[in-house]
Amino acid sequence: MKITDEMIDYIGILARLQLDESEKESAKNEMEKIINYMDVLNEVDTTGIEAMSHAFPVKNVFREDEVRPSVDRELITLNAPKKKDGCFQVPKTVE
Amino acid sequence: MDWMNMSALEVGKKIKAKEIGVEEVTKAALDRIAEKDKDVNAFITVCADEAMAQAKKVQKGIDEGTLTSPLAGVPMAVKDNMCTKGILTTCASKILTGFKPFYSSTAVNRLEEAGAVILGKLNMDEFAMGSTSETSFYGPVVNPWGSQRSPGGSSGGSAAAVAAGEAFYTLGSDTGGSIRQPASFCGVTGLKPTYGSVSRYGLIAYASSLDQIGPLGKNVEDVAEVLSIISGHDPKDSTSVPSGAIQTQLTGDIKGKRIGIPKEYFGDGLQADVKERVLAAAKKLEEMGAIVEEFSMPETDYAIPAYYIIACAEASSNLSRFDGVKYGYAAPEYKDLTDLYYKSRSQGFGMEVKRRIMIGAFVLSSGYYDAYYKKALQVKAVIKQSFDRAFETFDCILSPTAPTTALKLGESLSDPLKMYLGDIYTVSVNLAGLPSLVVPCGFDKEGLPVGLQLTGKAFTESQLLNIGYAFQQATDYHLHLPETKKEA
Repeated sequence: MKITDEMIDYIGILARLQLDESEKESAKNEMEKIINYMDVLNEVDTTGIEAMSHAFPVKNVFREDEVRPSVDRELITLNAPKKKDGCFQVPKTVE
Repeated sequence: MDWMNMSALEVGKKIKAKEIGVEEVTKAALDRIAEKDKDVNAFITVCADEAMAQAKKVQKGIDEGTLTSPLAGVPMAVKDNMCTKGILTTCASKILTGFKPFYSSTAVNRLEEAGAVILGKLNMDEFAMGSTSETSFYGPVVNPWGSQRSPGGSSGGSAAAVAAGEAFYTLGSDTGGSIRQPASFCGVTGLKPTYGSVSRYGLIAYASSLDQIGPLGKNVEDVAEVLSIISGHDPKDSTSVPSGAIQTQLTGDIKGKRIGIPKEYFGDGLQADVKERVLAAAKKLEEMGAIVEEFSMPETDYAIPAYYIIACAEASSNLSRFDGVKYGYAAPEYKDLTDLYYKSRSQGFGMEVKRRIMIGAFVLSSGYYDAYYKKALQVKAVIKQSFDRAFETFDCILSPTAPTTALKLGESLSDPLKMYLGDIYTVSVNLAGLPSLVVPCGFDKEGLPVGLQLTGKAFTESQLLNIGYAFQQATDYHLHLPETKKEA
């Protein structure tokens, strides 16, 4: 498969990453090499095999629904680059 | 006598017997770090003041009889992708600049409760993505066995710190070989436990379905002791298995144990003297009463592509939390919220991390999901079945850990695909969720360590460790130190 400029730009949007022109060029070449190598998986016959997301069958892990104190806001926002009134502060999103 | 060359349990015993004080040995470790780490760069953060304060507290606990663990008071260090309360936690990334978690990971908490003294946080590949510990924002780790050599990765700092005698044992994490390959390159013992044996709570996620915390140390006994402290159910990690801590009986008796050698692991691309040392180790185990047989695992070639698709897919999702809003680095200038995300991430992540996030975004994207991600999950099932079949016959699978001994620094950075291919013997273990132990089994012609990989059925750590213990009772490779090499 060929990784085109359009594809790299689209992946950049999905990943929220901006690459400069030289980064983009090398990402294109390397990704193409890596993705083409991954195509070797087509050799494996997986007809009728279910996709396995976890190695062990773990599902629906429940705990007792007990009331417990939540973490202090002060602690949650401790590392925030910008905060205000106990909240994370972000640039204005609605005019 | 140089304490720093002793094993963790030996030091623990001397502390108990009041031959050494906890503060004294902590000071010795900090001095050793000050002396060695300018060359090794195993540490991102050394917490000298906190360690000395903890040492004092732990000594009191030991004296009063409240701290009884054989490892109480023994100084150790933690890979920098595990949260440590109030201590800088960076994942070796610029994007976590200044991040001081308000809680500690469960593994760290359990060690502290047992009286561990934490010396600091260990260098690694950025977000554990790499096999050489060179993608760190804080500079590469250097293998104590050779100034031009990589210690492996991603837990390169964890392995190098043990090899250089800077910490008696360390915690690492293993997503595709990140404990085992550095253990092999640095001549130390490392265990990747069964998925779910050790809580991942507080481990900053790379690929959640594959990540597992484990110990590195000078020998199997140390590693088994650490495992008994950090393993066991944790309600804070829903993938942690509902069983108690793993206690190991090390008898050294391996008579009748069936050991399988997958012939595909010994083909092209395996360094000749690595092959020789690993097969010699198999011979040794046979002499000790094990039954060693060759068998076939034809799926070996598909493990790397399946692993990288799954790991990158999970990484692209996990690393979306780094946005310049909640913690860490935020771009100083931006137009709006989306621009803050783009700029913080683009300026904060290194190239290998960006590459894996993009591969992950691609394999999950509409139109490619079935061909790559779903296919990889099916191949994962095929690989798991292949191991299940092997364990019907064998108690343990013996193999090399990596195709080579420690690589030259800089060698892998220019060709990411080549670096990925070096993970051939380790990644399938993570896909199948299995426990796997690496013990030193000799040296190549340049005197660099070779590691033997022993992989077991899920939750058979105890048996695996016993085989490793038997091997170390019969050999002395684990006793060699980088310094003795220089003198030789």
